[in-house]
Amino acid sequence: MAPIIELRNLTKRFGKGKETVTAVDAVSFAVEPGETVCLVGESGCGKSTTGRMVAGLLEPSAGEVLFEGKSISKLDSVAFRRYRQSVQIIHQDPYSSLNPTQTIRAILTAPLLRHNKVKKRADAEGRALELLEVVDLTPARDIIDKYPHQLSGGQRQRVAVARALTVDPKFIVADEAVSMVDVSIRVSILTMLARLKQEFDVTFLFITHDLALAKYFAWEGRITVMYLGRVVEDGPTQRLITDPRHPYTQALLSAVPEADPALAQHKRQIELRGAEIPSLLALPAGCTFHPRCPYFVPGQCDVAAPPLEPLVEGGRVACPVRKLEHISLLV
Amino acid sequence: MAQNQLDWKTEDKPTGKPPLSLDNVHVGYATRRGKVQAVRGVTVDLRAGESLALIGESGSGKSTLGLAIVRLLPETAQVSPGVITYRRDEREVDVLRLTPNEMREFRWSDCAMVFQAALNAFNPVLTVWNQTFDTAKAHGWHDKQAVLARLVELLQFVQLDPKRVIDAYPHELSGGMRQRVLLALSLLLNPQVLILDEPTTALDIITQRTIIKLLRQLKEDQHFTMIFISHDLAIAAELADRVATMYAGRIVELGTSDDIFYRPRHPYTLGLIRAVPTVSGGFEQLFSIPGSPPDLINLPSGCKFHERCSFATDRCIQEEPELETVGLNHAAACWNWRAVAEELKLNPLHRGALNVLDPSIILAEAA
Repeated sequence: MAPIIELRNLTKRFGKGKETVTAVDAVSFAVEPGETVCLVGESGCGKSTTGRMVAGLLEPSAGEVLFEGKSISKLDSVAFRRYRQSVQIIHQDPYSSLNPTQTIRAILTAPLLRHNKVKKRADAEGRALELLEVVDLTPARDIIDKYPHQLSGGQRQRVAVARALTVDPKFIVADEAVSMVDVSIRVSILTMLARLKQEFDVTFLFITHDLALAKYFAWEGRITVMYLGRVVEDGPTQRLITDPRHPYTQALLSAVPEADPALAQHKRQIELRGAEIPSLLALPAGCTFHPRCPYFVPGQCDVAAPPLEPLVEGGRVACPVRKLEHISLLV
Repeated sequence: MAQNQLDWKTEDKPTGKPPLSLDNVHVGYATRRGKVQAVRGVTVDLRAGESLALIGESGSGKSTLGLAIVRLLPETAQVSPGVITYRRDEREVDVLRLTPNEMREFRWSDCAMVFQAALNAFNPVLTVWNQTFDTAKAHGWHDKQAVLARLVELLQFVQLDPKRVIDAYPHELSGGMRQRVLLALSLLLNPQVLILDEPTTALDIITQRTIIKLLRQLKEDQHFTMIFISHDLAIAAELADRVATMYAGRIVELGTSDDIFYRPRHPYTLGLIRAVPTVSGGFEQLFSIPGSPPDLINLPSGCKFHERCSFATDRCIQEEPELETVGLNHAAACWNWRAVAEELKLNPLHRGALNVLDPSIILAEAA
């Protein structure tokens, strides 16, 4: 089966002349239908920009996004509309992604009517109520006449998910979708998203800075790690978490604070050579991680950008120096 | 001595009377809808040299409590009843009765607060140096050379290059650098107690780790007495000696970090721990806590958690439990804490580790 979404050398530059930054640099990966892929990295790594290009909200500077095997830049208007409906995005901040002057009813019925998902206004309301139940906002009749400010952050995020579902999407980009939600509620939203995967055959690209959440949500799926616009490592979640090969992935995993005192005590401390992330305006030559990397090899790492190479254990890594070395992250 | 060691506070771990005691502290906010009961009767001693984490979700009262200690609450807030006692050497003061001048002296020289979102804590039109010297002058310290020397020492301690930072404006620094400058500034007047409100929230992971390392150093080498306020359980697991769980304005559980993480006795603490994944632990099913935090104006009857609690019984609906001893140095406010203990016997909280070389280390630690 063809991948539902494929990125080929996807690149995004912002600005002009000397001020140009390359936010996303030749990113390539594919997502198969039914698969869960997490895109992780720190702020400025290009993960959200990548997500926005996948959802068609940003035009790539180079490279292409393929939807069901066809480049979206070459779709005719009918096919393009189908792509835009099939691929939805859920934003981080449910406080700003919902129109504060509209009731939940208006927020949900407008796309249903606009995209001819229902014939009559009355049907739209019925469908909106159904969708509220799908996202566990019950009793739906009590919710539908409310305004976003009358709901909690978690409830708003559920409305955002219900809105994405109005157009029967096949692929949802969830960009930090639970980052602003209280910890006690986060898991219920992730569980709800996982249920949609089953019930509605939705495939997820889950973008997060939180590796623990990525591990939990994509345990059976894959994780892709980005650093300064490039993919440095990807692979099946369980391999990537237990046997990371790229020094940046290792540094990230070793740095994550653990909500468990024994794990926190036994975490390996990886000392980086530099603490600060370089500016996108002045990217280091070669591997962009080399000024911070503890395994830096002069004359190799600072010369050419290393390509992503496949690993026997699954996935790819862009580090010829360390690709065969296993380290334990606990000591 | 290493360059990033501070040589002015290296005595042995302090002992003696607690530097800070809260006794039955209440904080209410007057609003049009009624009184918001943000903190409802918190009693806790902060022991000399310990780090105490206050954890809980938004609206639990943890930040309000921190602000109440340094009296930086908005005017609509009322701290009463309640007593906050501060002790340093032979001095003992009632914080809530300090005059405005005494209060200015108390903040920063005795008790410094480090805020979240370090950008807002700075005046954007002042350089780091001007901001520092203003602070020093406000506390009667006018010796420019001495202040500068102290600032350089502190910036080196937080692993910043003083040359790069001293004349910089806040916007010229990254988030992690700002948080470190703020930490350095908070130490300027040699306070005894540090209150850190979400010290690593909104920072990138690797930056978070550098801050955690610095805070560990302050705790282990310099023996600062610290209060961490965070919604992030990981900060408590990484840094706290003792943890207090707050819910609806009360401390509902208080114990050592190991007690809280492996032997919680309050269903809310248990719920929080079961809702948070680890990276290096094995895969485990997570559970969220049903419902949402209560309306602080119209609080539910009895135990404020009963509507969300799977252990709730009739008694919980009628009577609010007080903290009671559930183990050595461990207290919980739950009528059914024994049922929680039974449940944990069946489903222990130990996560095990995914990629540890010798799992027995971890298991021994938990035993």
